[in-house]
Amino acid sequence: MSIFYLLVFPGFLFLSALGLFMEYFDRKVYARMQNRVGPPWYQPLADIIKLVSKETIIPYDTNKKMFAALPVIALAAATTAIFYIPIWSSHALFSFTGDIIVVLYLLTIPTLTFFLAGWNSNSLFAGIGAVRNLTQLFSYEVPLYMGLLAPAFLASSWSLSEISQFYTTHPLLILLNIPAFIVCIIAVQGKLERVPFDIPDAETEIVAGSFTEYSGRYFAIFRMALDTELVVAATLLAAVFIPVFVANPFISFLIYLAKVFVIIFILAIFRSVMARIRMEQMVKFCWRYLAPLALAQIIINILIKGVLPL
Amino acid sequence: MMQKEVPIMGRVVVPIGTQHPALKEPASFILTLEGEKVVSAKAKLGYNHRGIEKACENRSYIQSLYIVERVCGICSHAHSTVYCEAVEELAGIEIPKRAKYLRTVVCELERLHSHLLWLGVAAHEIGFDTFFMYVWRDREKVMDILENFCGNRVNYGINTLGGVRRDLTPEIIEDIKNLCKLMDERLKIYTDLAMGDATLAGRLAKVGRLSKETAIQYGAVGPVARASGVAIDVRVNDPFAAYDEVKANIVVDDNCDVFGRVLVRVLEMVDSVRMLRFMMDNIPDGTISVKVPRKIPAGEVAHRVEAPRGEDAYFLASNGTEKPERIRMRAPTEANWHAIAHMLEGDYLADSPIIIAAIDPCYSCTDRAIQINDLNTGKQDILNWQQLKQYSINWHRENNGIDFAKLKIK
Repeated sequence: MSIFYLLVFPGFLFLSALGLFMEYFDRKVYARMQNRVGPPWYQPLADIIKLVSKETIIPYDTNKKMFAALPVIALAAATTAIFYIPIWSSHALFSFTGDIIVVLYLLTIPTLTFFLAGWNSNSLFAGIGAVRNLTQLFSYEVPLYMGLLAPAFLASSWSLSEISQFYTTHPLLILLNIPAFIVCIIAVQGKLERVPFDIPDAETEIVAGSFTEYSGRYFAIFRMALDTELVVAATLLAAVFIPVFVANPFISFLIYLAKVFVIIFILAIFRSVMARIRMEQMVKFCWRYLAPLALAQIIINILIKGVLPL
Repeated sequence: MMQKEVPIMGRVVVPIGTQHPALKEPASFILTLEGEKVVSAKAKLGYNHRGIEKACENRSYIQSLYIVERVCGICSHAHSTVYCEAVEELAGIEIPKRAKYLRTVVCELERLHSHLLWLGVAAHEIGFDTFFMYVWRDREKVMDILENFCGNRVNYGINTLGGVRRDLTPEIIEDIKNLCKLMDERLKIYTDLAMGDATLAGRLAKVGRLSKETAIQYGAVGPVARASGVAIDVRVNDPFAAYDEVKANIVVDDNCDVFGRVLVRVLEMVDSVRMLRFMMDNIPDGTISVKVPRKIPAGEVAHRVEAPRGEDAYFLASNGTEKPERIRMRAPTEANWHAIAHMLEGDYLADSPIIIAAIDPCYSCTDRAIQINDLNTGKQDILNWQQLKQYSINWHRENNGIDFAKLKIK
C-alpha cells in the first residue's frame, strides 16, 4: 500500500499529472491576461517529453554525480511533502505532531538544490543565479514560516491534520487568518520564483540562473520538481487557510481541486500584472512589510487565543 | 598586450554578450561586479559589420536606395529619407509638396511603431511581459496601416529619388484617422502607467543616470539626449521633409534616467499622433514625384534627419557619374553608444539590460568595422578592405581549395 501511496496516489503519478495540468492552467491564464491564445492542454507534457528526448550536456568540470542527483532530490522532496498535507479529508495520510515544520523544510529542499545546482554548474550566470536563490530564500522564508505558523498557534497544534480539524470545527476563525494568507501567497510567489520575484532566473539578466547549464532529462526533472512544488505549495496553503472538508471523501477531493485552482489562479494573476523587482527591493519588501505583517498576525492570534475559550 | 587581471575578492567579471537573451543583436558588454553593483563597464561593437557603405559605392544611386533602406529594420524610412534628400539636394531638385508630406506621414507612423516596439522591449527587459504583449498588439495596428499604405510592414519602399512611389487614398486617410483615435486612448493608458505605476517607477527611476553636461559631452542624440534635458530635435532645429510646416514639439524631460527616457518616448508618440492628424487634414494636392537624372552632378552634401532613435546623419560625395563616390552613414545608435559604459557604472546588474535597451540600440546599423581580437596573443587589429579581401581569399584557398585571387574585386 505504501508503494501505491508513494508512486500513484497521492504520490508521484498524481502529483506529476496535477502539476503538469496546473502548469498548463497557469500558462493559459497568463496568456489570456496578455491577450494571447496560450498553449494547448498537453503542452507542458509535450515540453517534458521533448526535453527528455534531448541530448543531456554535463559541463566537464562539475561533480557529475551531484549534477545528476540534484534534480531527483528536488523532485523527491517536493513529492514527499504531500503525504503530510490533508487532501480528501481533514486527516492526512501520515501525520505526527510537528509535521507542518517537516513539510516546510521539505519544501525548502528544492530551493537548496537549485542553489547547489547553480553552484555546481561552474558557470558565471548559474553562480550569480545560485547566490540570488539563497538571498531570496532568506527574504521570503521567514514571512512564509511565520505566516503558516500563525494559524497553528490558534489551533494549538503543530500538526497539519489537527490544524485542519480545528478549523473544520471552528470555521469562522478562518477569516481571522486572512492577513497571514496574503503574506503566504506573496511569499509562495517568491518561493516558486515567479514574476515579480523571478530574480534568480531573470532571463534578460542572467540567462536561466541556476539552470543555465542544465539540459535534457535533468532539466526536465527540475521542471517537474517546480511543477510539483507549485501544486504542493498550493495544497499547503489550501489545507491551512481554506480548510473546507466534507464527509464524502470524493466531494472533498473535488473541493480540494477547486481550492488549488483558485490559489494558482491568484498566483497567475500576480504574475501577469507585475514587473520583476530588483533583489534589494525584494529583501526590503519582505523584511519591511511581509515579516511585520506575519508577526502581527501571530500576536493577534495569541491574544485571541487568550480571550476566546478554545 | 592583454593585461593580466589581478583578482580582487568579491569582484566578478560578467560578460553580457555577444550572445545574450537581453540583446537582440550581437554586442559585447564586459561588466565588473562587486556583489550586484557594476563598478566598471566596457562596451564593444563590431560583430555585425556588413560593409554596407562599400556596397552602396558599387551601385548606382537608385540601386543604393534599396541598400540604404536595409541599414535598419526599424527606422528604414529615416535612412531612405535622408539619402533621397541628400541626392535630391546634389541634383538640385525640389520635390513636390505632396511628396514631402507623404514622407512626413510615413516618418511619423514609423516613429509611432518604433517607440511602441521600444516600449514593449523595455517592458520585457524588466520582466513585465504583459505590458509587452499589450504594446505590441497596438503596434500591429500601426504596422497594418504602413502595409496598406506602402505595401510592406518594414522596409516600406515608399521613398524614391525625386518623391514617393505611392499616394494616399481616401480609405487610408480614414484608416489613419481611426488609428489616431485608437492611439489617443491607448497612449493615455500608457502615459498614466508610465507616470503613476509604482513598480515601474521603482525599477526605472534613478537608473542609468546621464546628466545634461555628460549627455552633451558624449554627444548623445534623440530621446536619450532629450530625457537628459538637452533640447535637440532635427525636426525642429533643421527641418527636413515637411517639418517646416508640420511643426513638431521638442519633448524634453529633466529626469536624466531611464524613467525620463520612457516618458520622452511616450509623450513623443502623443505628439506624433497630433502631427498625423494635422497632416491628414492639411495634405496639399499635386503630383507625388519628379524625375531625377541618372547621373548626379559632382559635389558633396551632409544631411540629417530625425530617426525615431535620434539624429541620423549622412555624408554623400558625388563625382558626376551614376554611382556615388562615398557614402558615410551615422546611425543614431553610434552617437548614443559612447554614453552606455558611463550609464552602466554604479548601477545594479539587474538594471543593465534596461539601461542598454534604453538607448534603443541597433548595432548592425552602427557597425562600420571589424575588430580582430586574437585570443592567443591578445593582439587587437582592425582590418582594412584590402586585408579583409586577402584574408577571405586565403581562407577559401586553405579551407575550400578555391582560388579567388584571380577574381577582380574593386
